[in-house]
Amino acid sequence: MTRLRFTRKSLGIPYAVFLLFFVILPMLVIVFYAFTDKQMHVSFGNFIQFFSDPTKLSTIVYSLVIALITTAVCLLIAYPVAYILARSKMKRKFVILLLFVTPMWINFVLRVNAIRELLNWMGLLGEANYFNTIFGMVYDFLPFMILPLYTTLLKIDESLFEASADLGAGGFTTFTRITLPLSMPGVASGITMVFLPSMTNYVVSDMLGNSKVTIIGKFIYEYFGTNWHMGSMVALILLVVVFLSTWLTGGFREDETVRGANL
Amino acid sequence: MAEHIIELQDVTKYYDDNLVIDHVSFYVKKGEFITFLGPSGCGKTTTLRMIAGFDLPTSGKILLNGKDISLLPPNKRPVNTVFQRYALFPHYNVFENIAFGLRNKRVRNTYRNERGEEYTKTERLSKAEIRRKVEKALALVDLEGFEKRSIATLSGGQQQRVAIARAIVNEPEILLLDEPLGALDLKMRKEMQIELKEMHRRLGITFIYVTHDQEEALTMSDTIVVMADGVVQQIGTPTDIYNEPANTFVADFIGESNIFNGVVVGERKVRFCGKTFPCVDDFEKNEQVDVVVRPEDVKMCAPAEGTLSGKVISVVFKGIHYEITVQVGKFEVVVQSTESRAVGETIGLSVDPEGIHLMKRKYTSNVFSGVITKRNTVEFADGEFECDVTQLYPGSHLDEEEYLITAAGEKIDLTGTEVNVEIGIDDVSISDDPDEGGTTGNIISIIYKGDHYRLIVRTDGEEEEDFVLGTDDLWNENDRVSVIVPKDKIRLTLKNTEGKRK
Repeated sequence: MTRLRFTRKSLGIPYAVFLLFFVILPMLVIVFYAFTDKQMHVSFGNFIQFFSDPTKLSTIVYSLVIALITTAVCLLIAYPVAYILARSKMKRKFVILLLFVTPMWINFVLRVNAIRELLNWMGLLGEANYFNTIFGMVYDFLPFMILPLYTTLLKIDESLFEASADLGAGGFTTFTRITLPLSMPGVASGITMVFLPSMTNYVVSDMLGNSKVTIIGKFIYEYFGTNWHMGSMVALILLVVVFLSTWLTGGFREDETVRGANL
Repeated sequence: MAEHIIELQDVTKYYDDNLVIDHVSFYVKKGEFITFLGPSGCGKTTTLRMIAGFDLPTSGKILLNGKDISLLPPNKRPVNTVFQRYALFPHYNVFENIAFGLRNKRVRNTYRNERGEEYTKTERLSKAEIRRKVEKALALVDLEGFEKRSIATLSGGQQQRVAIARAIVNEPEILLLDEPLGALDLKMRKEMQIELKEMHRRLGITFIYVTHDQEEALTMSDTIVVMADGVVQQIGTPTDIYNEPANTFVADFIGESNIFNGVVVGERKVRFCGKTFPCVDDFEKNEQVDVVVRPEDVKMCAPAEGTLSGKVISVVFKGIHYEITVQVGKFEVVVQSTESRAVGETIGLSVDPEGIHLMKRKYTSNVFSGVITKRNTVEFADGEFECDVTQLYPGSHLDEEEYLITAAGEKIDLTGTEVNVEIGIDDVSISDDPDEGGTTGNIISIIYKGDHYRLIVRTDGEEEEDFVLGTDDLWNENDRVSVIVPKDKIRLTLKNTEGKRK
């Protein structure tokens, strides 16, 4: 008779069950729906239809462009902030960091509504839909860019900057040859954390873009009301895009300990 | 006169409110191997960092070849540093690390155009030039062929060599080394010591070396600067520092020492361990001195022939010699000898006059300034102590309400009076019960004086006063203790006589 024994392995069982039912199975379901038609026959129809429909293609291009601009603007704003906060010897820099990050803790819908009211008051609502969408996204996702950058920059050994200066490098050379390359993991992680949500978060584009801006997330949402098969295909295509962008920014490298925010 | 490549003039450095370098002045001769030696926190690294330019002095001047460079940024100074933990750039390979400084370099080259006119251009070093120099530097540290290796794949010793190559490839006037061998194991360290010394000889540039390892300093240096508490204790050649330590700190820090309390009893005669010895140092009669005797200067002989005699209490084999501890009366004397002795054996000891080093006693009593608080207490050194205030006014006494009545019958309230407080070092005792004494502090220094320990206790309040005291008990550095002073041992004098009330 074998006795039931608790090993460290058995502690993993609940997680395995969770992953099976909430990650692996749903993915398979999506793949299944994406490659079947309404009669549940295997079909590439959705795939062909997606890439032959100019509106669908332009939506995905618009989504990509919006996400790219949002990410670039976030990076341009966040890098100097993170750099100053991480490298300065200010006594209360934690407070400043907190001020940048606190909006993250305020309800998302409330934040977007507030921006909407602000834009309305400025008379921009309905006038500059793409600008408004990007503005809202930058405002919402900025903390996700600042935090990983800040932690990466903070971790760079001070003596490396000293060594660089000691070897004759001025401030600019030290930045381009030491600081920037060593902060790339943080840049990559910030990009992933901003790029993905700005492709899919259609609440922002709906409310600030006056429902005139359709991004890929909105697309998926709408299809799942009528056509699960097409919806699944779009979701799958998004997954591939995300996978590729993560791979391109080096997000699958194992040696990175700085990915994600740790505040 | 040798050229002074670096000169520090009255340099003081504060980190926030902490004094780390206290009015330090010295110079470094061109081409010498100079070592800053001292325990951690003595200010040696800060001094090096100020020469490198990473820290700026709060006051005072640093001169390089006679020019003031105190405020010059590090990238404008002709010095290069080998960092304590190497600080190699992890994202570059060996070649790029070493080439880093060369790529920042600009040189003026003179050319001749078609018409034969000369003109100069400020240029970067050519690729071939950089490659040649990197290869030469790698050869100098015995790492030929390592150009392509990534930093992470190198051992500690190899990283060390790359760090040295990265610094010397720039042909600096001065090479600064901040405890560069600290992370290596003993055998590697010994090898690198010899190699560094050899490198210094070959390159002919000035080396400024920081270490807490006295043996390293003695082996490698031309000149040693011994530092403690942000102050230079002694500057000299290794032989000078070892044979003629300037004070008990240096004697205790450099090598093994027997340190005793002594009194000068006549011309070139000193009494310690209960016997009188002839010596070579000339001090005034009756002067209290510290006597330092190196263990290897103590000679063993037959009991009747020695000035001292005692019983061997321990013998430890140290590889090239024995360390023999002898109990002489209540004193312990440590002897180093190639001969062994049996534990329990009675032997005689003698010391040649040259082996006895006298130093003026740094502390004979503790002096503080204090304030009389209540009628019979005085506040000083972050604490409050009971005292006898009647000593301030001869012939005075206290009435029933403990007011002071002077000899003339006047009643005086002394609260708030500023006084000088003096306590002999033998009148202070310490306890590990924090409530027992009048103030609390940490033991910051322990020196064994043959039959007792001399401790310095620094109070942990705002005033950070030091108490010097003698004790027979063994304490540890950084122990937290309370300081006890008996009421009748606190000697008070009024601070300014004008303040005396009628």
